[in-house]
Amino acid sequence: MDLQHFLAMGGYAKFVWPAYGLTAAVLLWNWWAARRTESEAQVAARRRLELAQESRS
Amino acid sequence: MTWTWFHKLASPPHAYRILGRLAPWFGWTALALILVATWWGLVKAPADYQQGDGFRILYVHAPSAWMSMFTYVVMAIAAGVGLIWRIKLAHGAAAACAPIGASFTFLALATGSIWGKPMWGTWWVWDARLTSELLLLFLYLGYMALRASFDDPQRADRASAVLALVGVINVPIIHYSVKWWTTLHQPASVTKLGRPSIELAMLIPLFIMIAGFQLYFGWAVSRRLRGEILRRERNAAWLREAA
Repeated sequence: MDLQHFLAMGGYAKFVWPAYGLTAAVLLWNWWAARRTESEAQVAARRRLELAQESRS
Repeated sequence: MTWTWFHKLASPPHAYRILGRLAPWFGWTALALILVATWWGLVKAPADYQQGDGFRILYVHAPSAWMSMFTYVVMAIAAGVGLIWRIKLAHGAAAACAPIGASFTFLALATGSIWGKPMWGTWWVWDARLTSELLLLFLYLGYMALRASFDDPQRADRASAVLALVGVINVPIIHYSVKWWTTLHQPASVTKLGRPSIELAMLIPLFIMIAGFQLYFGWAVSRRLRGEILRRERNAAWLREAA
């Protein structure tokens, strides 16, 4: 397959590639944001446990 | 019928563990399906006889549009369950859906706009389909803003659940907008009764991409819901093992 021909997307390159690029960006953002939400909550929960232990001792 | 399975499923420690075990399966399968569908849609599928290679935007536009509505329905059902049976986990699930749904709605609007320019000659028109989809984005953003405006999580749950339930009316409006009004947007070619009016060679990658997006949503919701569970949980006994 001719790479140049493929990248040209039959003249629609400037529409097709930004659409796919944007999709990749949104999927990556979701991946990053979901991971961050989870790990932040884990850190906060751990801190709560430590505080609870300190106040008990 | 016993409801023990339901109560077990809705118990935070159990749900936290199950979601943690499911998430990697969702994530890796989603990645594989999305990669296959991208290759199939960009390389293997034949060009459209009218739109040429421009139609390939379909493979990211239609799945994101589908997910924008699917996620809203899941969010509204979860909010409704939380409101009626006072299940915190359900409210947490609804809250986890909102940012994911908002991002898919944004993606559907943006890729639709990019597709519209070469095919319709304009980035945007205020027709029924586009306007109702834009309203969906505002419903997601409104839901998140409303939640953020309360300090008390229980009040945030209840108020935002009412908004989620009222807004679900918009979902059938989006779907049928192309039938009820004269729109620039084309009518449904897959989600209709009878044979889909699209070639099978073009349809297969679309279905693979939708399946990939669904699983990707499953992964993202699992991760976010685990965060929600931890944030709401005050029972230290099981947290010690989880966190």
